[in-house]
Amino acid sequence: MRVSVDSGSCHGHQMCAIAAPEVFGSDELGNATVLIAGDIPVELQAKARRAEANCPERAIIITE
Amino acid sequence: MTDTRKPVEDILTDYDIFDPEFIKDPYSAFSEIRESGCPIAHTERYEGSWLPTRYDDVVAIAQEYETFTSQSILVLPPIPGQNEGQYGGVKAPPISSDPPEHHWHRRLILPVFAPQAVAKYEQGTKDLCNSLIDEFIDKGTADVAGDYAQHIPVRVIATLLGVPLEMESDFTAWVRAALENITDVEGRKWARQNIIQFFLAQVEDRKNNPRENDFISELMNTEVEGKKVPLDYVLGVCNLMLVAGVDTTWSAIGSCMWHMAQHPEHRKALRDNPELWPTAIEELLRVYAPVTMARVLSKDAEFQGCPMKAGDRVLMAFPAANRDPRQFENPDEVILDREHNRHVAFGSGIHRCAGSNLARLEVRVALQTFLERIPEFELVNPDDVTWAGGQVHGPRRCMVKF
Repeated sequence: MRVSVDSGSCHGHQMCAIAAPEVFGSDELGNATVLIAGDIPVELQAKARRAEANCPERAIIITE
Repeated sequence: MTDTRKPVEDILTDYDIFDPEFIKDPYSAFSEIRESGCPIAHTERYEGSWLPTRYDDVVAIAQEYETFTSQSILVLPPIPGQNEGQYGGVKAPPISSDPPEHHWHRRLILPVFAPQAVAKYEQGTKDLCNSLIDEFIDKGTADVAGDYAQHIPVRVIATLLGVPLEMESDFTAWVRAALENITDVEGRKWARQNIIQFFLAQVEDRKNNPRENDFISELMNTEVEGKKVPLDYVLGVCNLMLVAGVDTTWSAIGSCMWHMAQHPEHRKALRDNPELWPTAIEELLRVYAPVTMARVLSKDAEFQGCPMKAGDRVLMAFPAANRDPRQFENPDEVILDREHNRHVAFGSGIHRCAGSNLARLEVRVALQTFLERIPEFELVNPDDVTWAGGQVHGPRRCMVKF
C-alpha cells in the first residue's frame, strides 16, 4: 500500500494526521504531507485507511 | 427582550434560525428539512436566505466559491453602512475574502495555526483550565459554560494576539454582540466600533513601541509584493481572530461539557482508553459543530432545483451537514471511535477554519483537564441549560454538580 495527498484538494483539515500520525504530517501552512515515501508497513495500513475515511476533501489517495 | 417574532408557519418556506425553539434544538429542524421533499429550505425572514441541510449540498456549495462568494459571511445581512466611512474596508480576512486576494490573505496567517505552531499553547491552556477549576472545585457545583468554557478561548486568543488579558470581559461582550445577539443592529455597530478602535490603538502602540515575537507587530511588518500590507488588512485579521476565535470554541467546549455531564459511559471510556481521545474529539466536533456561516451568490444559479438569484444568501449549516444520515451512520449518536468521519465542523474547501488546530487543542485540553480533576459530574437540571444559536450554537449556562 502507498499513500499520497492531492495537494490541490487538501485544505489542511489535518484529519489524516489525527487518524494516522505515523503516516501523515503537516507542512508550514498546515497542509498534509506524507511521512512514509514507500510502502506503508502492514501495521499502519488500517490507520492509513482510516485517514482516508476521515478526509473531508477526499484528498487522500491510497494505491494497493 | 420582547419577542415580537411571528410564529413559523412552515419550516420549509419560513424557517427562523433565531426562533428560541430552533436555538435550543436546531437538529430536529434540520432533520425535518433534510428528510422532506425539499432539503434546501427558504425563508423570507432577515432579508431572505436558503438553508441546505444535506452533507453533499453543503459541501458542494462550499467548494463552488466563484458562485457562492464570501462577500458577506454572517447569517444576517451586514450592518447598514458598514462598508462606508474611514474603516469601511475593515473586514475579516481571509474568511471574508474571495480569490484571488483570498490566497495571500490566508497564506499569511496559516503558519500561525499549523499544528506544530499551536502546540506551544498546550501547557498555557492546561494551566489556565486548572486555574479556572481551582475557583470552583471546592464548591461542588459549577457553570461549565459560564465559569469554565467561556474563559478559555478568549484568554488563549488574547495571549496569541498579545493584547491585555485584563480586557477579557470587554472582548467577550464585543464578540457576543457581533455574533450572538446579531438581530440587534445597534449592538453589532457598537461591537464593530469598539473592536476597530481597540486594534487601531494596539497598532499605534506598536508603531511607537516595537515588540519582538508579537503577532500584531509581525502582521504589520509583513510585505506582499514589496509593500507592507494595508492597515485594513491588519485590523481585519485581528477582528477575525477575536470574533471567530472566541464564541466558536467556547461553544464547542461548552457543548462537549454538556455532553460529558450526561454520559458517564463516555467519561469512563476516555479514562480507561486514553487512546480514544483523538477520534473522540473529532466525533464531538462533528455532533456539536457550533458554527453556521453564509455565502452570497455572485450570479443567478439553479442549485438542486432551487432558483437562486445573484445576491441571495445561503446558510452554510455545517451542523446540519454533520448529522446527515446519508453521510454518517447513526448521525445523532456520539460514537467515540467512529471510523468514517469526514465531518465539516470547520467547513470545507478554501475557507476551512484557519484556527481549527488551535480550536481542537483547546477543546481537548479543556475536556481532559476537567475530566482529570473532576471525573464524575452531572447536570443540576437539564431544563435549566440556556443556549446561544443562529450563527454559533452552544450552551451559555450549564450548571453541573459533583
